[in-house]
Amino acid sequence: MLTNYFPILLFILVGLALGTVAIGVGKVLAPNKPDAQKLSPYECGFEPFEDSRMKFDVRYYLVAILFIIFDLEIAFLFPWAIVLDEIGVFGFWAMMVFLGILVIGFIYEWKKGALEWE
Amino acid sequence: MMHEFYFAWTGWLPEAIQTTSWIVIKIMAILLPLMLCVAYFTFAERKVIGYMQTRVGPNRVGPKGWLQPIADALKLLMKEIIIPTKSNKFLFLIAPILSLAPALAAWAVMPFTDFLVLADIDASLLYVLALTSMGVYGVIIAGWASNSKYAFLGAMRSAAQIVAYEIAMGFALVGVLMVAGSLNLREIVLHQSGGFWQWYFLPLFPLFIVYFISGVAETNRAPFDVAEGESEIVAGFHVEYSGMAFAVFFLAEYANMLLIAALTVLMFLGGWLPPVDVAPFIWMPPLFWFGIKTAFVAFFFLWFRATFPRYRYDQIMRLGWKVLIPVTLVWIAVIGLGKFYTPFGYIFQ
Repeated sequence: MLTNYFPILLFILVGLALGTVAIGVGKVLAPNKPDAQKLSPYECGFEPFEDSRMKFDVRYYLVAILFIIFDLEIAFLFPWAIVLDEIGVFGFWAMMVFLGILVIGFIYEWKKGALEWE
Repeated sequence: MMHEFYFAWTGWLPEAIQTTSWIVIKIMAILLPLMLCVAYFTFAERKVIGYMQTRVGPNRVGPKGWLQPIADALKLLMKEIIIPTKSNKFLFLIAPILSLAPALAAWAVMPFTDFLVLADIDASLLYVLALTSMGVYGVIIAGWASNSKYAFLGAMRSAAQIVAYEIAMGFALVGVLMVAGSLNLREIVLHQSGGFWQWYFLPLFPLFIVYFISGVAETNRAPFDVAEGESEIVAGFHVEYSGMAFAVFFLAEYANMLLIAALTVLMFLGGWLPPVDVAPFIWMPPLFWFGIKTAFVAFFFLWFRATFPRYRYDQIMRLGWKVLIPVTLVWIAVIGLGKFYTPFGYIFQ
């Protein structure tokens, strides 16, 4: 069982190594002549003003929160979908009730305007 | 057979090293052709878009431009890697690596044919879904570590967009699982055998479309490329990257596109199976069918880029939340109802 997962672990390590080696080789082979202008953050030719880690729209948080709810829902649906044939009609309706509650919440946030971007 | 040769030659090594090195060789046998495909996919993109705009595309390096990707790679290798003064240096360098590793590692469970699969695990679809979700970290960390306003904006946009389309993609996968009854990609393909009318793109047509659109949005490709949006935020999250650090981001994006194309083929277009089980089609090797289908789906990424204008950000979010998610929810109910209450339940078996 676990022997099946060992190649995956190795593959992830090889994937990480490939990126590391590529950047490492680039660092060694490429020239390195820094100067103050070159190393300043890009801002269309202006001197950068203020810190770039500024305030941002709260909607991004909202999307992240909504994502957690829906992604959790998907995590519940995955095992349910696998065994749907075995749990039959009862299992189907049980999940439909659960999905129905989620849809009510979805309609509420839609009507509240949480999904609007203007 | 090669397996026995290798173990006979390296018999003097301890068994653990022998097994591990053999797995690494198999990983290389997947990775090297994959990197070659990625390199020539960038070339194909420039050629295809060139011809669609009545140009010829790159044609100077090598015969008809065929050495262009190699010249590009060499050029990027020799370019200075600039690390901006205000950036967080460690995170800045780790971000492209975190972006590339999941895009490659997802191929570990990819069944190229019935027998050609490195790790045939039961939860392979779950593994792929987990790894494709990891890709967003590279983008967010890059945008944060650069300490540049454009990079920050690009990262915020990209994160919200990927997160929104991840949900539609997950629901589309639930539909596939309801019909296939397995998380193993190889079994999902075998469940579609018997001819192209058995492939899931027919009974699950809305989910097939939703899945592919979400895939395009997940990889930040045109027409959903607001994370890069060169006409408004120059290059978005990778505006501060140069040389090899940029090349790694670039490789990750193209490897991800091929990954989405391959997954679409496995889940909706019958993987390595021939379209009809009759004479001229079953002579072709399964790997040929897998390759040709993946190339066909990957072509759509290029076609979209040449055809569609970029969406506005609010339009992207509206499409994701208000169109794709309701469509998938409805279709999940339709599959269940069809399965249990109509005489056509066999379509969804």
